[in-house]
Amino acid sequence: MTYLEYNVKRTPAGLAKVMHLNWPLVVLVIAVAGVGLVMLFSVAGGSMRPWAEPQARRFALGMVLMFAIAFTPLWFWRSIAAVAYALSVLLLLGVEFFGTIGMGARRWLELGPVRLQPSELAKITLVMALAAYYDWLDLKRTSHPLWVLIALVIIVVPTLLVLRQPDLGTGLLLGAGGTIVMFAAGVSWIYFAVAVAAAGGTVALVLASRGTEWQILRDYQYRRIDAFIDPSLDPLGAGYHISQAKIAMGSGGWSGRGFMQGTQSRLNFLPEKHTDFIFTTLAEEFGFVGAVSLLALYLLIIAFCIVTILRASSRFGALLATGVTVSFFLYFAVNMAMVMGLLPVVGVPLPLVSFGGSAMVVLLISFGLLQSVHVHRPRTPA
Amino acid sequence: MRRTPREEALSARLVTRRTVFLGGVQLAVAGTLVWRMRDMQLNQADQFRLLAEENRINIRLIPPTRGLIQDRNGIVIAGNEQNYRIVMVREDAGDVDLVLERLQTLIALSDDDIERAHRDVMRNRPFVPVTIAERLEWEAIARVAANAPALPGITPEVGLSRHYPMVEDFAHSVGYVGPVTERDLEALEAPDPVLQIPRFQIGKIGVERRMEDRLRGTAGSRRIEVNAVGRVMRELDRIDGTPGSNVTLTLDARLQNFVQARLAGESAAGVVMDVQNGDLLAIASAPGFDPNLFVRGISVPDYRELLEDPYRPLVDKTVQGMYPPGSTFKMVVALAALAAGETSASERVFCPGHMDISGHRFHCWRRGGHGRMNMVSALSESCDVYFYEMALRIGIERINEMSARLGLGIRYDLPMSGIAAGLNPTREWKQARRNEAWLVGDTVNASIGQGFVLSTPLQLAVMTARLATNRAVLPRLVRDAGEDDAAARQARALDLNPEWLALIKRGMSECTNHARGTAYSTRIVDANYRHAGKTGTSQVFSITRAEREAGIRRQEDLPWNRRNHALFVAFAPEDAPRIAVSVIVEHGGGGSSAAAPIGRDIVLAALHGDMPPLSAYPASQRNRIETQMGELSSRLRPLASGGSDRA
Repeated sequence: MTYLEYNVKRTPAGLAKVMHLNWPLVVLVIAVAGVGLVMLFSVAGGSMRPWAEPQARRFALGMVLMFAIAFTPLWFWRSIAAVAYALSVLLLLGVEFFGTIGMGARRWLELGPVRLQPSELAKITLVMALAAYYDWLDLKRTSHPLWVLIALVIIVVPTLLVLRQPDLGTGLLLGAGGTIVMFAAGVSWIYFAVAVAAAGGTVALVLASRGTEWQILRDYQYRRIDAFIDPSLDPLGAGYHISQAKIAMGSGGWSGRGFMQGTQSRLNFLPEKHTDFIFTTLAEEFGFVGAVSLLALYLLIIAFCIVTILRASSRFGALLATGVTVSFFLYFAVNMAMVMGLLPVVGVPLPLVSFGGSAMVVLLISFGLLQSVHVHRPRTPA
Repeated sequence: MRRTPREEALSARLVTRRTVFLGGVQLAVAGTLVWRMRDMQLNQADQFRLLAEENRINIRLIPPTRGLIQDRNGIVIAGNEQNYRIVMVREDAGDVDLVLERLQTLIALSDDDIERAHRDVMRNRPFVPVTIAERLEWEAIARVAANAPALPGITPEVGLSRHYPMVEDFAHSVGYVGPVTERDLEALEAPDPVLQIPRFQIGKIGVERRMEDRLRGTAGSRRIEVNAVGRVMRELDRIDGTPGSNVTLTLDARLQNFVQARLAGESAAGVVMDVQNGDLLAIASAPGFDPNLFVRGISVPDYRELLEDPYRPLVDKTVQGMYPPGSTFKMVVALAALAAGETSASERVFCPGHMDISGHRFHCWRRGGHGRMNMVSALSESCDVYFYEMALRIGIERINEMSARLGLGIRYDLPMSGIAAGLNPTREWKQARRNEAWLVGDTVNASIGQGFVLSTPLQLAVMTARLATNRAVLPRLVRDAGEDDAAARQARALDLNPEWLALIKRGMSECTNHARGTAYSTRIVDANYRHAGKTGTSQVFSITRAEREAGIRRQEDLPWNRRNHALFVAFAPEDAPRIAVSVIVEHGGGGSSAAAPIGRDIVLAALHGDMPPLSAYPASQRNRIETQMGELSSRLRPLASGGSDRA
């Protein structure tokens, strides 16, 4: 059980690193991705195309990247953190000015043959930057207003750029993930208490601005809020998605309607059944048992991530692992809450399961970073 | 930054503390999610399952097969015909224009049809079948089927549509069906959902309308699975409906056809009734029209033509038409006078050709007068003055009483449309309607069936049947299943003194069979078929003083719509009556010349059961009749005897 040994005598090197990977985490990630492939196969009506097959290929690519990153020394990641962060901010600015418009939002950057989604990249670089920042910062200054402000700027810049695209889901999760890393780093409780109060005020402000000249959100976003509060308000319009999603969830019952027997998804009543709403298909076809099982798998992933956080010997490693863990948690928790009608529909995919190449690859890269923290947990002797 | 071991330990402790806290928060969030799943998937699963089923399952109704309407011998009057149509599904067709172009070479489609079809196809969702053409010949369908490979997306389909093989013969009595309209739905308290099916047919008039509930049947249904855009994925199950019940009429299709053909060319009505049980054997209004036009949805020019025709083909003159009964009313007055004890068989009244009553001169139809008339001769020769005298003695109330007893002025409950009550005018009626007092002249006019008295041909047939049988015969159009015992159907007694009735019947008999009778020229010489009748001629406009001074103009000189109505009623055979007949020819001129010949032919056809035998006519008329009947029989519809050939 090398991966659980607390203080290994020396940093593993070469092939020995393989033994020190957080293996249960690898297995769990493969298991959840497997569930995703099965669901993509189902929503395609029992076919590997058009979703399951490309998804499998991207998963394979992501796994290779994950291992490569895991075996790269942690100090390397710390040293490139600032550069990576600066680069991703530049790319986000590039999207702002040169981005490709698709589905009412400007999210992609065409770089030759590669189609890049910088907001996905920012998820990793922000966490890296914050971890590196608090690793560098004197512990005593952690709660000093000036240094808190600098951390906030690090978070706010990419968050605002993503929100402007507009990508509400990614933007909010970016901000939330960064804030939680600050919390883990030990910033004083008082700031968070103030922040929660401020957030409440902001929500009030956003709602109050509706219909005025300085309206903050787009009309469609307000309609989503309305539909969230009362889906029956507009069952065929804005509330249609969530109503149909709830019907799909609920009709699954205890054990579900059976593999590929979900009428809601098979007959296209479910919107976005292969991306954001894939969890409802799973809940419809495999019922409460299936839904809770997937949630359990996710929680096991979180648990083994926490093992890595607690075993990390460096401040950078611990905070980086925290950022990865928290982002992952936020993604699946917000997605599930969203499709179950507990949160507004903001467009957050279900990690490792929803169809989507860049999200999958970025997720596996971030797990690669976490594995690197795990592999390189003992401090190298001074 | 380099840290001291103390700092490192501090940092590690802090991170650990906060990570544990965060782990707790995450667990709480996960707990909330599980609680929500449990709430939706376990507690509310049934409601959501129901909603999912409602989403996915549509119920489509299967229209029931409408019941047949048959004549008394089982000949189909209103049946259901296979309706072949061509439907197109856009997504299967590929190039819609090309397929339509090919279709046009195979079946008769105008460019307008093609344009309309193209529009319909494009307006609907790609998987919705759109009807391109319907009511096609079998040959056209066969051509399309043979060319199926070149016609992707085109399928021949078959449905049922109402068909009236007798065309105009039953247009008025049986009526027709047509597509359900908004007005039809509004008229119903709780419309059957089956009426919402596009192009579903509902009875519009006549038996088709009045017996809609029996004929329609109940719809079946099929449950089908549809997807979010309404595409049918599969049929889950199917419940067959029950077809409508058949309705058997008392009418005889063969006789009805004869009567309709005999009336053709006139604006006329004819009713034949079984005097024993009231069964209507024929009830025809001319001119007729083709009810099949209405089933398909009649075109505006066709409909306008029917509306503007001065002979009013859309009106059912047998029950809706109200006419002054003229001299056919005289039996009522005679019986009323006998019942009142104001006259006797032997009393004679002198007819000088007119009668002066309160300063007004009432003429007899015969200017020179009839001389001394008793009741029999007054009926036979239709002397007006005799009845003026009787009316003056008994008054309008007693006339009305007898009129009602004989079945006039009563609305009969038959499953036909717009049945009129006729009118037995009273003092109160005139006061209320016209705000005028009843004058003795009104009574005098009523005595010869003029003035305010109005009757329908159906009522006159009922009156004749009652005179023939002394029973309160009621007309009947529908035979109830399982019951056709004539004795059980026999009407209650009318309780008129048989001697009086014998007198009336002798008057009617002499009218047709005595040399001086007004209908002697249309007598029947075959003793088995001999009829007893009464002619009637009722004025539509009174002859003006100017016209009278210029010498009475002959009917032929008047414009058609000012000529007199011609009426004739009869029962036959006169010794043992079986049928009663009434005929009215609108603006026909005179009862003996226009209505009585038709009445005689109908009597013979009804009794003989086929074309009237030549031997029944007086020898001198046979040549003329032979030509006439030859011409008529060529217009008759060949009928399969009994049984039904359509389902």
